[in-house]
Amino acid sequence: MDGPSFTAEIERQRSYLLRVAVLQLRDRDLAEDVVQDTLLAALTGQAGFTGKSTVKTWLTGILKHKIVDAIRRKQRDPVLEASLPEEMDLEEFDGFFRENGSWQEKPADWGDPESSLARKEFFDVMQFCLDKLPANTGRVFMMREVMDLDTDEICKELRITANNLWVILYRARMALRQCLEQHWFGQAQAR
Amino acid sequence: MASLSRILGHLIDCRQATRLISQTQDRPATGWEAVRLRWHLAVCVACTRFDRQVAFMREAMRRFRS
Repeated sequence: MDGPSFTAEIERQRSYLLRVAVLQLRDRDLAEDVVQDTLLAALTGQAGFTGKSTVKTWLTGILKHKIVDAIRRKQRDPVLEASLPEEMDLEEFDGFFRENGSWQEKPADWGDPESSLARKEFFDVMQFCLDKLPANTGRVFMMREVMDLDTDEICKELRITANNLWVILYRARMALRQCLEQHWFGQAQAR
Repeated sequence: MASLSRILGHLIDCRQATRLISQTQDRPATGWEAVRLRWHLAVCVACTRFDRQVAFMREAMRRFRS
């Protein structure tokens, strides 16, 4: 690919990259900075593009690293650090089960959940539910599920143990599941 | 036979089963974990739903991204 068309191709991916970054960082200004950094790195490092993957995949790879850097910088923020131990504590959180280990309230039948994937409103509800997660929990869950980082990478980046990570992801899934059931699947009858 | 499967199904409780289900999204289960989980799911409708819902949420997050 020659220079000008390569530049145009990179610019075309801007809105996609921004969407991923906003989703992950939940901070529009920071997301814009990160995307700007990514595009700049891409333009100055054109040689790094081997053509083995699409431009989109290549850019997403650069973006991931930039997002992780931004999260790591945020992580040093004392306010965030203070709430992290709490979010990793499993015992704090066992309101979902009775003392004997059975469900307090059993999960409902979601019917055919896949059919919801075609509906924009479903993703609005999901965004709402993600926003309700505690800040660090949400961020770690996004690293795993949106950025598809493996657990070793996340542990290394955030300097937490595998066990800490499993607890955070467990809490995220429990909370997200309950929220989706309350605000979407629980309403299925009415739809 | 019915009572045997009940006993096997309760080697882990729902709390432990959900933790294990979540973890298997992030690491492979050991053989013994997989066996206990399978026995539990065989007798527990609630955790079977949970298992499917967790897998569905991963799929939904993937779609969300693109």
